[in-house]
Amino acid sequence: MERIIDLGHDMARIWAQYYPAYMTGVRNTLILAFIATLAGGIIGFICGILNTIPYSKNDPAVKRGFIAFIRAIVRIYVEFFRGTPMVLQAVFIFYGLPYFTFNKVQFTGNSGIWIASLIIVSINTGAYMAESVRGGILSIDRGQTEGAMAIGMNHIQTMTSVIMPQALRNIMPQVANNFIINIKDTSVMFIIGFMDLFAQHRNIVGINYAFFPSAAIEMLIYLAMTFTASCLLRFIEKRMDGNDNYELVLADIATAAGNYNFPNKGTPFDEQNREVAHMENEERINSEYVAENHFISQTPSAEQTETIGKGAQ
Amino acid sequence: MTEPILKINHLSKSFGNHEILRDIDFNVYKGDVTSIIGMSGSGKSTLLRCINLLETPTSGDIIFNGENITSGAMSPTTYRAKVGMVFQSFNLFANMTVLENCMAGQIKVLKKSKDEARACALHYLDQVGMAPYINAKPRQISGGQKQRVAIARALAMSPEVLLFDEPTSALDPEMVGEVLSVMKKLANDGMTMLVVTHEMAFAHDISSKVVFMNKGVICEEGSPYELFGNPKKQETKDFLARFIER
Ligand SMILES: Nc1ncnc2c1ncn2[C@@H]1O[C@H](COP(=O)(O)OP(=O)(O)OP(=O)(O)O)[C@@H](O)[C@H]1O
Ligand SMILES: [Mg+2]
Repeated sequence: MERIIDLGHDMARIWAQYYPAYMTGVRNTLILAFIATLAGGIIGFICGILNTIPYSKNDPAVKRGFIAFIRAIVRIYVEFFRGTPMVLQAVFIFYGLPYFTFNKVQFTGNSGIWIASLIIVSINTGAYMAESVRGGILSIDRGQTEGAMAIGMNHIQTMTSVIMPQALRNIMPQVANNFIINIKDTSVMFIIGFMDLFAQHRNIVGINYAFFPSAAIEMLIYLAMTFTASCLLRFIEKRMDGNDNYELVLADIATAAGNYNFPNKGTPFDEQNREVAHMENEERINSEYVAENHFISQTPSAEQTETIGKGAQ
Repeated sequence: MTEPILKINHLSKSFGNHEILRDIDFNVYKGDVTSIIGMSGSGKSTLLRCINLLETPTSGDIIFNGENITSGAMSPTTYRAKVGMVFQSFNLFANMTVLENCMAGQIKVLKKSKDEARACALHYLDQVGMAPYINAKPRQISGGQKQRVAIARALAMSPEVLLFDEPTSALDPEMVGEVLSVMKKLANDGMTMLVVTHEMAFAHDISSKVVFMNKGVICEEGSPYELFGNPKKQETKDFLARFIER
């Protein structure tokens, strides 16, 4: 017990002395992890889309060959970056590029280190995300695509308005995973001189040999960062799911929509039977949904009135 | 007689070595309600999917308002926007609300303004009795309600023909009625419809023509009165007998 109190004191002392260094580390770690996760996510999405371009046997050989070529490239990229340690990739790129270009391309100074780190972590995250996105797209029921095609959407429209939003939602847990992994694993970028949170620890203990108190501080900070990130991403997921509840619109939209000069006026579904349909609704609402919805009112709220207004335009 | 709205000419479809549809030939005229009945696996869904170009026919032609669709005279997307389809499994967009489901196609494909699309969507949602649920997501409504939204979504595109592939077979029995009554209303209002169904009473009551498919060919076709009352082919008799037994 006493030892724990001692540790507390030591930690407080070191924190008081070095907190600017720790905070710089936190800032660098978070910026790198955030941007790299975002960039990696975008790379992953591009790869995922490239990997799921549909083709049929009737397509011309050139098109099929091109798609196969793209898939091969993506595959090599994924296998290579997923299959080697990031710390080695860092060395490869940071020293390899100048080596092969006879120093025409090199990462100099602080900005060089930043650029190299961002590139490496992004590419790495991208390799993992590529597979997640591919899985996310494939997991969307084929019926969604067919539903979109059946109303005349083309491939791009189907992807952007139906498939991608759902795939993105499905892979959010993996995005969160990657973000948290990046917060921790950016620490290997010390190999090329990146000053993240862990690198600060190495610096500080190099001066005062307070290995354990500093490590304890770092542990707490890492936990705080990852836990916050995890909560934040869960919150975002919840937001994407939308409300569990929904508002029933009880106002008589029929009157509003009736003013709309719909193209088939007089043909399918014209005014007849409106009474019946309307009564059915009210019945159903009363029997099934009253219990679940706080919002039951016979007089239209401001929002409903707006709905009606828009409908009438 | 007037030109048919949809003309299916010697249409065949194979998957690999399996010939699923063989030499299908029939016409759909404006205002027709054609029911397609037949045993499971006889190719009814495949036929509808070919008509909507969700499957590419192996041979034969589909003529829509005098234009040959299969020869690529009209782009598949333009054509599909004019031929609506209602699926057995609804296929509502899970990421959109009921209202957005009915607006998306109008905005993206027909390039209508948001307000216009909204008004049109509301109109048809009201007609199928789903107006109160415009803010709900598909997962929050029942099967029968989903199917009615799907019908509204198809109608919002102002299609010239509507295809239905067993629109009620995924539904609990108590929800079948609400969807059939919407379809009946559509039929009475003059919508041109092509309906694959196992609801014989429904086919009998609303169809102007019934097509009986067996093993990938049209075995017999005729008015519901003829086909149900006085079937000519043995296969038709057997099929109908089996249905009455159940
Ligand atoms: N994509 C496909 N690949 C291979 N075979 C298929 C494919 N789609 C359908 N088939 C085959 O085509 C035949 C007809 O299928 P289809 O779904 O058209 O039958 P159906 O008449 O709609 O039956 P049901 O009443 O059960 O829906 C079946 O034998 C099926 O196995
Ligand atoms: Mg079927």
